[in-house]
Amino acid sequence: MYVYNLVDQSLVNQRVQQFRDQVRRRLSGELNEEEFKPLRLMNGLYLQLHAYMLRVAIPYGTLSSKQMRALAHIAVRYDKGYGHFTTRQNLQFNWPKLKETPDILADLADVQMHAFQTSGNCIRNVTADQYAGVAVEEIADPRITAEVVRQWSTLHPEFSFLPRKFKIAVTGSKRDRAAVRVHDIGLIIKINEAGEMGYEVIVGGGLGRTPIVGVTIREFLPQQCLLSYLESILRIYNQIGRRDNIYKARIKIVIHELGAKEFTRRVEKEWKTIRDTAIDLPVGEYERIRAFFAPLPYQSLPKNDAGFSHLKFENQDFSHWVRGNTLPHRQSGYSIANISLKPIGGIPGDASAKQMEVVADLAEKFSFGEIRVAHEQNLVLPHVKQTDLYSIWNTLKEHNLATPNLGLISDIIACPGMDYCSLATARSIPLAQDISNRFSNLRRQNDIGELSVNISGCINACGHHHVGHIGLLGVDRKGEEYYQVTIGGSADENASIGEIIGPAIPYDEVVDAIERVVETYVDLRAKNESFIDAYRRVGKQPFKENLYVTN
Amino acid sequence: METKVISANRLEDGIVVYITKDNNWSECISDAEVFNDEAACDEALSKAYTAEEACIVVGSYLVEIEQKGVYYNPTKYREFIRVIGPTVRPDLARQARS
Repeated sequence: MYVYNLVDQSLVNQRVQQFRDQVRRRLSGELNEEEFKPLRLMNGLYLQLHAYMLRVAIPYGTLSSKQMRALAHIAVRYDKGYGHFTTRQNLQFNWPKLKETPDILADLADVQMHAFQTSGNCIRNVTADQYAGVAVEEIADPRITAEVVRQWSTLHPEFSFLPRKFKIAVTGSKRDRAAVRVHDIGLIIKINEAGEMGYEVIVGGGLGRTPIVGVTIREFLPQQCLLSYLESILRIYNQIGRRDNIYKARIKIVIHELGAKEFTRRVEKEWKTIRDTAIDLPVGEYERIRAFFAPLPYQSLPKNDAGFSHLKFENQDFSHWVRGNTLPHRQSGYSIANISLKPIGGIPGDASAKQMEVVADLAEKFSFGEIRVAHEQNLVLPHVKQTDLYSIWNTLKEHNLATPNLGLISDIIACPGMDYCSLATARSIPLAQDISNRFSNLRRQNDIGELSVNISGCINACGHHHVGHIGLLGVDRKGEEYYQVTIGGSADENASIGEIIGPAIPYDEVVDAIERVVETYVDLRAKNESFIDAYRRVGKQPFKENLYVTN
Repeated sequence: METKVISANRLEDGIVVYITKDNNWSECISDAEVFNDEAACDEALSKAYTAEEACIVVGSYLVEIEQKGVYYNPTKYREFIRVIGPTVRPDLARQARS
């Protein structure tokens, strides 16, 4: 993992002192709310329905055991004993007190964490594939790129007041787990014919009010040109982005209105003037950062362990968990262990302080002290010996963290919705709980197979409903919660925006409607055909016909 | 005019509060002063803005309510959730605290 140097640490420490003084001035009345609001937002502090909310940055979803323990400590000491992992691989505390927020930031700084750029019209916390460095099919580790982008974008003076927020995601695999095509900039690491590393650069993707799949504006950008090219994209956007209309201020609208060809021309023209300047990092700096992500001291182990196979044979529940929640690792004899934060009927993404401590302990004992956060709101132990999986599973089970539902219908993405969020127009979480309870039978879930249900409580789409195989968008209809259903969305390498199936339906009818959609799929699917493949084959009509049928 | 109360968030901790008859702020909507005419609303809002300047609360606004038996409840569900707390965490709800 990356470790702060003196510059990183002093930057974070200075910000804590700065914010401590800003809070003092706010509480004393030297600053009014209008003056203070942009300052608190620069430190991830929102004012939500019931209280303040602090969003902590987890760069590219990578956490150490020590950092996870610090989050657990903050949850207990300053909050109500839990936190919420988000679709941006971050963590939100729902109940911090303003007067204690500087102390929270100081505790975060002690473990090399902060809340910079988790809000505001700046380059937000960079996200990446949660299996970075361990996925079997990976071409190159995206964490090096993500760390370079993190350092470049942190407090970047030119890009601290963009027309709107700006999100960058990186993947180093052909299988896209970072949803790069629905980010403002998506980077896919590629190796060219000469064996050189570079990026496919995708721009203008996004969800929210106007969901769009991004367009590739460069098939191959040499790695050493990354920052000058990003700088060029951001500079063009910063110049012509719509500051007059918040709904048209994202880069996707700029590209839509200008055309991808013209936007690319302007970027390339700008790039010609700044490439090969000091903006780009020297190779040595890439190597310095790469050293933090060097291969770990894995043991040489056989691909299959007889004892592990025996335990799977003896214990069906363990076997189900291994099959559902673990994946092969690059290193022989090791696995990637996913920890579901979606217990049946639970709150997606929530973890108690105790659960955080348990995960921190497991990571320290079994995974080189490393944890990942997935944008699907689950956690990952990325480097686990097969022979340790049984012990890990037993501990996870004791703490309600072993639900074997990864990628299944109960592995629901849900934003906090109107239970917490001041922007929301409807609740997300209780609907997720109801759907999870309805499909609680794991045998049935496995029979249905891979199926994502994503729920957003408003058009801002924090629950990524547009790219759920089934998406639900909560809307207000004269004070009542209604939900618009979309089908056919996908956030992976074949990204697509879900189609609206018809009129929104009231809260009480949603779960039955989802069940009818699922049963429609089960009835029409070909052998081994997934929900999304079936949808793409038959279109929306059969689903629409059944969605609105009522008895 | 619709019946209304004035709500805000307490500056220090962000907790939802309502202005009371004695010009204080309470966490319970049942303590809130109820307004039935525009002039009284305007006067109370002025007091709320004074409380904002005094760094007691932030973001004051009028909330429409309706009488249900002996209780007043907000007409909008969002405001009802602000009264009771997150519907998915009854252990954290205001009823649990009181």
